[in-house]
Amino acid sequence: MKLTIDGKTTEVERGTTVLQAARFLDIKIPTLCYHPLIKPFAACRLCVVETKTKWGDELVPSCHVTCREGMVVNTNNKHVRDARRLILEMMLARWPNVPILRKYAEELGLKQPRFTSVLRDEREDACVLCGLCVRACDEVVGASAISMAERGIQRHVATPFNLESEACIACGACALVCPTAHIKFEAEDYRGRPPDFLLGPNTAIFVPTLQAVPRVPVIDKETCIHFATEGCQKCVEVCEPEAINHRMVDEEIELNVGQVLIATGYDAFDPAPMAQYGYGRLDNIYAGLDVERMLNATGPTGGKVLLKNGQRPRAVGILHCIGSRDENHHRYCSRVCCMYALKFSHLIKERTEAEVYNFYIDMRAFGKGYEEFYSRVLHEGANVIRGKVAEVVQAGWSKREEGTLLIRCEDTLIGRFREIPVDMVVLCNAIEPRRDAEQIGRLFGLSRSPDGFFLERHPKLDPVATMTDGLFVAGCAQGPKDIPDSVAQGAAAAARMLATISKGVVEIDPVRAEVDEQYCSGCRICNALCPYKAIDFVQEKSVSRVNSPLCKGCGTCVAACPAGAITGYGFTDRQIYAELEGVLTV
Amino acid sequence: MEQTRFEPRIVGFLCNWCSYTGADLAGTSRIKSPPNIRSIRVMCSGRVDPSFVLRALQLGADGVLIMGCHPGDCHYQEGNFKALRRMLLLKRILQQFGVSERRLRLDWVSAAEGDKFAQVCTEFTEEVRALGPLHLETSLLPQAQEAGLEAQEAAL
Amino acid sequence: MSKPKLALYWAASCGGCEIAVLDVEEKILDVAGFFDIVFWPCAMDFKYKDVEAMADGSIDLCLFNGAIRNSENEALAHLLRKKSKVLAAFGSCAMDGCIPGLANLSTREEIFQTVYHQTPSTLNPEAIRPLPRVAVPEGELDIPTFYESVRTLGQVIPVDYFIPGCPPQPPQILAVLSAIMQGAQLPPAGSVLGAGEKTCCEECGRTRNEKRLKRFYRPWEIEPKVDECLLDQGIVCMGPATRSGCGALCVKANMPCRGCYGAAPNVADQGVKMVSAIASVIDAQDPAEINSILDQIADPAGTFYRFSLPSSILYRKQAEVV
Repeated sequence: MKLTIDGKTTEVERGTTVLQAARFLDIKIPTLCYHPLIKPFAACRLCVVETKTKWGDELVPSCHVTCREGMVVNTNNKHVRDARRLILEMMLARWPNVPILRKYAEELGLKQPRFTSVLRDEREDACVLCGLCVRACDEVVGASAISMAERGIQRHVATPFNLESEACIACGACALVCPTAHIKFEAEDYRGRPPDFLLGPNTAIFVPTLQAVPRVPVIDKETCIHFATEGCQKCVEVCEPEAINHRMVDEEIELNVGQVLIATGYDAFDPAPMAQYGYGRLDNIYAGLDVERMLNATGPTGGKVLLKNGQRPRAVGILHCIGSRDENHHRYCSRVCCMYALKFSHLIKERTEAEVYNFYIDMRAFGKGYEEFYSRVLHEGANVIRGKVAEVVQAGWSKREEGTLLIRCEDTLIGRFREIPVDMVVLCNAIEPRRDAEQIGRLFGLSRSPDGFFLERHPKLDPVATMTDGLFVAGCAQGPKDIPDSVAQGAAAAARMLATISKGVVEIDPVRAEVDEQYCSGCRICNALCPYKAIDFVQEKSVSRVNSPLCKGCGTCVAACPAGAITGYGFTDRQIYAELEGVLTV
Repeated sequence: MEQTRFEPRIVGFLCNWCSYTGADLAGTSRIKSPPNIRSIRVMCSGRVDPSFVLRALQLGADGVLIMGCHPGDCHYQEGNFKALRRMLLLKRILQQFGVSERRLRLDWVSAAEGDKFAQVCTEFTEEVRALGPLHLETSLLPQAQEAGLEAQEAAL
Repeated sequence: MSKPKLALYWAASCGGCEIAVLDVEEKILDVAGFFDIVFWPCAMDFKYKDVEAMADGSIDLCLFNGAIRNSENEALAHLLRKKSKVLAAFGSCAMDGCIPGLANLSTREEIFQTVYHQTPSTLNPEAIRPLPRVAVPEGELDIPTFYESVRTLGQVIPVDYFIPGCPPQPPQILAVLSAIMQGAQLPPAGSVLGAGEKTCCEECGRTRNEKRLKRFYRPWEIEPKVDECLLDQGIVCMGPATRSGCGALCVKANMPCRGCYGAAPNVADQGVKMVSAIASVIDAQDPAEINSILDQIADPAGTFYRFSLPSSILYRKQAEVV
């Protein structure tokens, strides 16, 4: 239908409010109690506009009134502005310092309100009784934890009987819609690291990082209101392509494959148990990935190196070998830390004026261009101290030193103990096998080396294959390594797998075992014995069966079978008995 | 005339990857090793069925020596551990049957240990010599056994 | 048209096999109707001399149960072999040695010492022992000689068929007899009748998992779950090493199989195969740990060779002092 606002004509659909129509035309109308996601309430009347009704030129609330065919609306004439000014005067009488009211007052040319109220509230974040929080909680969230209480000048927003509300699900919707920031939603204070370093969400539906692949939002079931109350679903309302489905469930897909590549990666060692370094206990102590995130342009600080209080550090200590090369944690070297420590040194020096101290045992710059980079970082003025750090403590008690950290170490090259004051500490924490490595190992029959990473077939000559044919391992799942090496291993494994596929046939060794199903009763004694998981149990026939391409012909199952149902070709019982008869004839 | 000394007849089961190769090495290194050991190659010590041991004794062996890879080094991961478990139980059976469990020995010899191979063979030969001939009271090969072996043969 | 002749003899055994024949219940009348029973010491009044008087090969079917413990057993074995066309080793005693075969873990001297001299209730101050021949006022008295070892029937005479079981289960006995009565073509000599080609696990029906045993339990130590494999639960069950045919009766009563149907078709020595199987699935690598788990198996030789000792490779306890 067609309507005219301030002389501009536009066509809108049925049900569109005058306010929405005005917004299509970029005509600004002030609102206070209106929120696009909540049903209009028309309480504040700031949005009034003039239009012709059957009673003449009337002021109507544009947030609520729907357009009619041929309607003529005036949003800015004297009648309207006077009305708005009066409303604001009355509001400012009670809440003189609320920014949004002051802004509207200035826009309307209201210099000095004429009134003052007995309930005058000077706060900037005073509650203006717009009712958005109540309606959000009721309509959108569905929790109805707060409501308007009492009448007249006693009216205020409260929980039932002013007690802590059990219905409140702490979703923060009320804080989000509050126009004066009167309702504050405070997240738990994480000591030591800003919440965003955890890659945590700001809203329940969020894009994990700007570099996420695929770059689509995900919904965090823990914080999403819909999963708590069956309400909200505003995201579904606003999504035009209808791409949001709260009912999505995990789908289990069964695939029949002949080869598997295990590239399950690593876990970062949690430095918190090493209490001497204060991770999680003191502020401004970060682990490797925390700093990586901070330095990233899409991170919480936009790439700036900042302390928790928002200031720049004067000195940064980078501690190598946290959890690596350590008899108490992991004996192995995590390989990547020296180089990323140097990278951090370089970037910190580039972005701040800070002094950078590296506390190392050995500097491992093994790769292409790595030693050259090390030299460069030294030339840039990074300090290197050879000695494992003993502890990180909070410095002094004076206000001036507050927040400063002291790194206590031994400088083995000069043979002295040192105490270095810094503002920020970076812990190069170890790469360790994933928590579920044992489970994955059991599932695939994969052995692990003593350090817990998956065992390759040969450390020099076959680093991506495993003892089981068709099962490959690549990347940090096999052991700590950096990106070039991970990529190389991934490509190598893929090439091996493709080679097997393109061959089209698999050669089976003649020395192998075979179960005679005529004699096998499926006792399953052989099943667990095969180190190559080459024996399957065929449930429907209740027999065991050897998967010939996987069988290496060791004969363990042949010896164990109590029914004598397994033949070990090349080394059958009959053949060995014949040999025995032969060697014992003399 | 020299009094003939009792020469034990010992059957040796050697695993292809470690002990058999170790035996080869003992040979090429010209290390002296008693001829009493009659070797039978298997791919893995885990292939050795305890019935082989009993059959060897029944056919006249005075001792059986099984040699596999060192624990943790088995070419097939764990075959030597299975051999260990079987032989520990078989020794108990032998004791109950009045056969000294010292006539059965399981040892670990790697492909590089030619000298250890020779040493184990020498030690075991002397031990069995001290125990004397077994003189197993053999019976007629029971018909059931014969039928069992024939069935196996037919199945091949 | 004369009826086919049937003989049943009971050598060294408990008599359960004879009862099992009667357990075919009313069908015994069909059997008795079909056959002319010419020799059945425990049920009918026949003497040895009646058998000696028969023509050679005139007994169409002889079911010989019991092991060969003494010279009488052996004599009858030879006699019945001569007089029978088809002679079957009926039951595990005849086929493998069965329970009497466990005597092979002792010597004759040890047995006599215990029985005639050492039991608490023996009163034998003159240390009298049975002798095969002794002079008495009335003349000379012969009694059978007690052999050093128990032997199976097949170790003494050629046997045509083997019917395993302790006892063979009545349905199996009926199947064999019915086949004969219906004139069915019998399998080649030396075959096993009345049993399956697989192991007891085939008839068991419990759920089986991959086996990794950390300890063994005696059957009385735990209350086994009824639908889970007993070996999985740590109870030594001979099922995997025992020929099928009995319907897994013991297991269905929540007790482990003892192995009475003898070795699986493809196996010569039942006990040593079980040694291999059980030891293989122990979940330990350290010798001390393995030994402590093995300590939980009481009497391995008696457990694994309970029914098949005389037919095994080692066959009897040797004389070596260990």
